[in-house]
Amino acid sequence: MKPLLLWSDLLIYLLVAVLCLFFLRLRGDPQTREHWRQVFSTRLGMVTFTLILVYVGIALLDSLHFRRALEPVEGVPSRETFYENQVTSVLDVMLGGGEHFERTYSAPFALKSFEKQNMKDENGALYRDFPLLDYAGRHLTKPEERLADVLAKTVWALSWGLLIAAVVVGLQWIFLRRSSLPWYASWMTQAVVICLAVWLVLISRYYHVLGTDRGGADVAYQSIKGVRTAVLLGTLATLVMLPIAVTLGVMAGYFKGWVDDVVQYLYTTMSSIPGILLIAASVLLFQVYIDLHPDFFSTGMEKADARFIALCFILGVTSWSSLCRLIRGETLKISQLEFVQAAHAFGVSHGRIVRRHILPNVVHIILITFVLDFSSLVLAEAVLSYIGVGIDPAMGSWGNMINSARSELSREPVVWWTLSGAFFFMFVLVLAANLFADLVRDAFDPRTGSGVALA
Amino acid sequence: MLIYIIRRLFYAIPILLGVNLLTFTLFFVVNSPDDMAVSQLGAKYVTPEAVQLWKKKNGYDKPLFYNSDAAGSGTVTETIFFSKSLRLFAFDFGRSESGRDITTDISTRMWPSLAVALPSFIVGIWVNICVALLVVMFHATRLDRWIVFVFVAMMSISYLFYIIGGQYLLAKTWKLVPISGFHADGQFWRFLILPVLVGVVAGIGAGARWYRTLFLEEANQDYVRTARAKGASEIRILFRHILPNALIPILTGIVVLIPSLFMGGLLVESFFGIPGLGSYMLDAINSQDFAIVRSMVFIGSILYIVGLILTDISYTWADPRLRLD
Repeated sequence: MKPLLLWSDLLIYLLVAVLCLFFLRLRGDPQTREHWRQVFSTRLGMVTFTLILVYVGIALLDSLHFRRALEPVEGVPSRETFYENQVTSVLDVMLGGGEHFERTYSAPFALKSFEKQNMKDENGALYRDFPLLDYAGRHLTKPEERLADVLAKTVWALSWGLLIAAVVVGLQWIFLRRSSLPWYASWMTQAVVICLAVWLVLISRYYHVLGTDRGGADVAYQSIKGVRTAVLLGTLATLVMLPIAVTLGVMAGYFKGWVDDVVQYLYTTMSSIPGILLIAASVLLFQVYIDLHPDFFSTGMEKADARFIALCFILGVTSWSSLCRLIRGETLKISQLEFVQAAHAFGVSHGRIVRRHILPNVVHIILITFVLDFSSLVLAEAVLSYIGVGIDPAMGSWGNMINSARSELSREPVVWWTLSGAFFFMFVLVLAANLFADLVRDAFDPRTGSGVALA
Repeated sequence: MLIYIIRRLFYAIPILLGVNLLTFTLFFVVNSPDDMAVSQLGAKYVTPEAVQLWKKKNGYDKPLFYNSDAAGSGTVTETIFFSKSLRLFAFDFGRSESGRDITTDISTRMWPSLAVALPSFIVGIWVNICVALLVVMFHATRLDRWIVFVFVAMMSISYLFYIIGGQYLLAKTWKLVPISGFHADGQFWRFLILPVLVGVVAGIGAGARWYRTLFLEEANQDYVRTARAKGASEIRILFRHILPNALIPILTGIVVLIPSLFMGGLLVESFFGIPGLGSYMLDAINSQDFAIVRSMVFIGSILYIVGLILTDISYTWADPRLRLD
């Protein structure tokens, strides 16, 4: 076993570290604490935040990659160990999925394939029928036992799930029972997620919960693999965009004059280009670059990874104009206020004024943009992959799943499970992120206050 | 007014130049014509001669910015920047990498695009505003909170889902409309129903929620209370008092939507098989035809700038107090 650190793995851990630091720093400020308290004092805030953390957790587990060592070939002495070309992650090991391929489509919990195939009976005569699946339901002796078997396994899985959930929640209860925040909402969510996860892992060993796709891969497993891509894209692209937007916006609003003119010109130019075309063109150009330099990457995964990071950067670099405009406006307003004027009069340097007086007052805009952009980026990924300028097909993503399955609705009977799997996982993440973003905006945006707070 | 428009048009020139320079850098400096030749020819057929021939055929065999071999004004005009980028200003788009005339392509494909985009745009805004006004009537009730939740849920659903779901339900299961395709004859509206419907429904979540916030801000103003005190009906307050006052932010928000028309067009047209500009771009992206992408970027930015100017003009119509000068 050889650990393999992809660039995106490094980035995702770096990102989590940076975010944790950021929040720890913000904790020191009593006003910010009050805002966060407002977010988490609602049940909705607790539930959505827990869900987001679950997704982030899956993404983190899926970011510990390694390559398995190949068994040495017998009779051939070799001092060196060789490694599989396949890159595995810790999540793959936990799910145990991804190894059990069928030949082609099969419906959820199916025992037989979705397509007829020529087969021979005992006498050698040719006939056409649905062949049994290679993997799912092989432990059953009769197909009629399936329902009872699934139910029995579900009960078994749920009892395990409840036990684990009781331990996890109990531990938190010991420490948090005196808290005034509605932790029970979070605990309920955790319990549901744990039960579902245990059920999925247990049942996946015997059936394909969401069926299989054209290549015979398990859809549930693929949908979960899409989590990492979505989470990473949603955060990384915004983080790339932030420094550009904040630097230019603060500079324009603070120095005014020709700096302001230049920055305004830059963002008007950027925003007048249709973003989708700019992104498509940049990704295509990068793809040409990758194709011309195949020797840079040793595995297909690394190539896909490079393209993915490039996509994040392109999305970030092309989308800074709206945040920049907001920050410029806010900085213009703040730099007119008395405390900034006073700082000027005392001869405080520009750098210090920006750091001490301007930046802390635009942080709420940055935070709101960060959470609001996350969901739109996750949605954009699917669209970009559909257009053909998104994630490399070697890397699992919901966009790629949708793209490969969209023609299947015209089949009879309909192959609906690939689309549903991808759409469901995407919907839960985006909905949680959107609702959470609303709460954060209501808490932090001085304009909305708590008067028009929604849901 | 006229002077204002002319001045705005002059302001547009540096922006378009910037767009031009940016796309030029992307397409020719980052990715040299040799790289393009290699990817267009396919790695199998690459020989130095073939690359040279391809560049000559497509007019890429010139220096980028300055041609020291040419005489007189040719030092500037006989360059890639002039022939491929600056010519766009005269709406001379040249030929695509596969040899088709881009200007003809665009002028024929423009109409199907407009036929889809304009109705979905207008109907979409109308529906969003009506829904939002209705919701404002139920402000601060339980129902209001649930409706907002539904809006958020609706905007959390991928656009692809609306398209696929619409095609599946309306076209395949209920067979009300054709699944995809486009005919320029009298029956063409039948092909437009589904794309327009999908566009409108997909936009309700985000749109109506946005208008709701705008209207709520107005609903807290003093003039609304005054109108109510005078005994005006709720409907009258909504449509005669709140709506006109919220028009300015509405108009500002609409311009922001123009770039998304592009994006929506791309998806809708390719899913519904409409031979418009969106599918044109998609084909260009898939066949890596940079000449077309370049032209479309230019057209897209012109549309955006025109949209900005139109908004400014419409401000004067929405608010008679505003004067453009």
